[in-house]
Amino acid sequence: MAKLESKTPSGPLAQKWEKHKTEIKLVNPANKRKYEVIVVGAGLAGSSAAATLAELGYKVKSFVFHDSPRRAHSIAAQGGINAAKNYQNDGDSVHRLFYDTLKGGDYRARESNVHRLAEVSVNIIDQCAAQGVPFAREYGGLLANRSFGGAQVSRTFYARGQTGQQLLLGAYSALSRMIGQGGVELHTNSEMLDLVVVDGHAKGIIVRDLITGQITRHNADAVVLATGGYGNVFNLSTYARGSNATAIWRAYKRGACLANPCYTQIHPTCIPVSGDYQSKLTLMSESLRNDGRIWVPKRKEDAGKEPGSIPEADRDYYLERIYPSFGNLAPRDVSSRAAMRMCDEGRGVGPTGLGVYLDFSDAIRRLGEPAVRERYGNLFDIYHEITAENAYKTPMRIFPAVHYTMGGLWVDYNLMSNIPGLFVLGEANFSDHGANRLGASALMQGLADGYFVLPYTIGDYLAGQKPASRPSTDRAEFKQAEESVRAMTQRLLANKGKEPVSHFHKRLGKIMWEHCGMARTRQSLEAALQKIPALREEFWANVNVPGSAETLNQSLEQAGRVADFIELGELLCRDALTREESCGGHFREEYQHPDGECKRDDEKFAHVAAWEYQGEGQTPLRNTEPLNYEFTKMSVRSYK
Amino acid sequence: MVANNSTKLFSVTLRVWRQAGPGQPGKFVDYPATNVSPNMSFLELLDVVNDGLTLKGDEPIAFAHDCREGICGTCSCTINGKPHGPGKGVATCQVYMRSFQDGDVLVVEPFRAKAFPLVKDLVTDRASFDKIQQAGGFISVRTGAAPDANSIPVPKEDADLAMDAATCIGCGACVAACKNASAMLFVAAKVSHLGLMPQGQPERDRRVLAMVQTMDEAGFGNCSNQYECSAVCPKLISHDFIARLNRDFVSAQFRAAFKPASNATGGAG
Repeated sequence: MAKLESKTPSGPLAQKWEKHKTEIKLVNPANKRKYEVIVVGAGLAGSSAAATLAELGYKVKSFVFHDSPRRAHSIAAQGGINAAKNYQNDGDSVHRLFYDTLKGGDYRARESNVHRLAEVSVNIIDQCAAQGVPFAREYGGLLANRSFGGAQVSRTFYARGQTGQQLLLGAYSALSRMIGQGGVELHTNSEMLDLVVVDGHAKGIIVRDLITGQITRHNADAVVLATGGYGNVFNLSTYARGSNATAIWRAYKRGACLANPCYTQIHPTCIPVSGDYQSKLTLMSESLRNDGRIWVPKRKEDAGKEPGSIPEADRDYYLERIYPSFGNLAPRDVSSRAAMRMCDEGRGVGPTGLGVYLDFSDAIRRLGEPAVRERYGNLFDIYHEITAENAYKTPMRIFPAVHYTMGGLWVDYNLMSNIPGLFVLGEANFSDHGANRLGASALMQGLADGYFVLPYTIGDYLAGQKPASRPSTDRAEFKQAEESVRAMTQRLLANKGKEPVSHFHKRLGKIMWEHCGMARTRQSLEAALQKIPALREEFWANVNVPGSAETLNQSLEQAGRVADFIELGELLCRDALTREESCGGHFREEYQHPDGECKRDDEKFAHVAAWEYQGEGQTPLRNTEPLNYEFTKMSVRSYK
Repeated sequence: MVANNSTKLFSVTLRVWRQAGPGQPGKFVDYPATNVSPNMSFLELLDVVNDGLTLKGDEPIAFAHDCREGICGTCSCTINGKPHGPGKGVATCQVYMRSFQDGDVLVVEPFRAKAFPLVKDLVTDRASFDKIQQAGGFISVRTGAAPDANSIPVPKEDADLAMDAATCIGCGACVAACKNASAMLFVAAKVSHLGLMPQGQPERDRRVLAMVQTMDEAGFGNCSNQYECSAVCPKLISHDFIARLNRDFVSAQFRAAFKPASNATGGAG
């Protein structure tokens, strides 16, 4: 059974991180260059970590499966990044950001981690501004803010609808600078296919060069995974097509615990599905809910009518009606479920009946079209490209879609997994968002982990490792890991079945969405736990992966990722089945209040569930880490 | 281009550049596609064609893609002679089949340029862009050394103009569209973004000199002011930034002539 020690420092909540920083061990500057650190992934967390570690003097090797670090999917985040700057003088503070984030996560995150996140949020904005990130500004030259879901203050910093892009380019510029100086060795088109554990410590990875097919071994004193979330287990999502869980899944199979996989976020404002060829769902930023009003017709007979022909009195602005104090800015999980209830009642709109309106006509009347265009122009353009509709004239149609995963590899307060030397950052870990993430908090967490947390905490581990003592890649553990990667590649190519990989991904996605999507029941999850292993068997019996291993082979890449998704999907459903409560993004129909809101069971489930691999065909072990709330009262989460 | 506004399924022919690898012979191969929905994206059509090829035992078409929402800059097809296809201000992944008519032939090629060597089929190697960034596309600020974000006001107009430049997605369409395969719009966008911000002033000269030098060394051509680059740019970045780049470059060179060489070159900061 894995040892899950959170290593949360003692003392008052607001002083834990300061105290911890003065207590953790340091590596002296002359010794830092003797340590090598592998960083996998180059999104916000990976790029910021790699750049900062190199600035400190560590030797960093950065691995990305993309052709450039700038392509990581953090680039697509639209709306903004939260920080407790209180530049608006509207009563914000570190404590309020902490509280909103903890409550937003439905009291399923660690208090200490969330408080630290709120503390360093202010440093992130300073750092990014100094890098030249062109944040939105007021005429006086100071930074502008907007509001996001789940908060009653304006604390979100943004760069039009492209905040993720600008923050990633900032981190990428810091990384590029260190690559240019020789502090970081960059490996592009390089996919991590296994983790190498030597004497219980993470000491290397096995990598496939996606262009040449070459498989290589890489050793290091520590390994950092910043490889993002696993939302593509649902096939259709707002993730990039290439986003995958292979790095964290293979680390799981080497002994790293995977925590709370059932905490998945369904974003309420995405463009609805149009057909089975669909490869991707496109997000319409939550920031649109600052000015857009969400509604469906009051009567289901009106659902098929043109929106303009439905008079004001016949419209149901249901978020404003049900959640008057947060209105259209109710958190994501709450808004998504409300949309689903409207569609279940037959009041959904659009050709499939799976949609609700997001209407800007009031905002256009109030502010004028140019002001709306300045705030959201690029989003309206994206909407037009995809649907051929003009959202300045007719309301957008939106529907919830898989957007983020709060679960991930288990880490302690130092962001180290239960395998010593393996650190996990950003969306790939489980640490800060509990059961639901608030808008504009993903960018905050990725950069907090990479710029301001890991660079301190990794020293505490490395100080205990002898300089330049990393094991050679000739060790048996490296050889064995490489052989298992080669064997899987060969098995996929030799299979010569009758179905392309994409069909299995679609079928998995359909099972996941129908049985373990926005609402889950014991029955649906038990059915999924029958269907997924059957799909897995069929995959290995019938998948067709054309081409060879020695060249760019996108079918082969995808096959490995889908094989992992099938296994991860099963674990996700198992986690959802065993968590007999509703919280945040995990909604079990059996556990709800009479008004349809989540009913938590703090007595039985105020804990992290961290799953431990027990070998092929064996049921994994469910370890728990209790969540002790010392400073906050766990209350019923209400936005009414 | 007349938009196809009906929802009727239709047929097109994809005439795709197939090449197994660098230095190998390449050729166009025709792939008929039927039951095309106007709401399908162009890349989704490639997915469908590829599944068909797989089922027939043929090798699917390699093409670069990732976010499929026009921001990562990975996708990079030239469709009917135009990088990113017929739309304006969109990347290949945002091209929808409603832009085409029943019976159309779509000629699909990789972005071609000396500095973007071909990898396979429609995939090229754009690492030269990263090299240019590594030479000077940054502001040297160590993590933790930053002053309060509001301590340096930035006029809104400057921040907005910097943002216009900073929206570059690094796709390389500007290079593919240019008869000289020039990367001036790409470099101009980065140089202008950082040069417009007060935080970018200390390294302004060394940045532009280092980035232009690396651009030249990578084998990109020069600008001859025809602005095909702006016309195909998925983010509609204006060629005005090229004028800004030229101005910055000339003044940096001028100032460098009066400084010891070590201060004026080497952008590694």
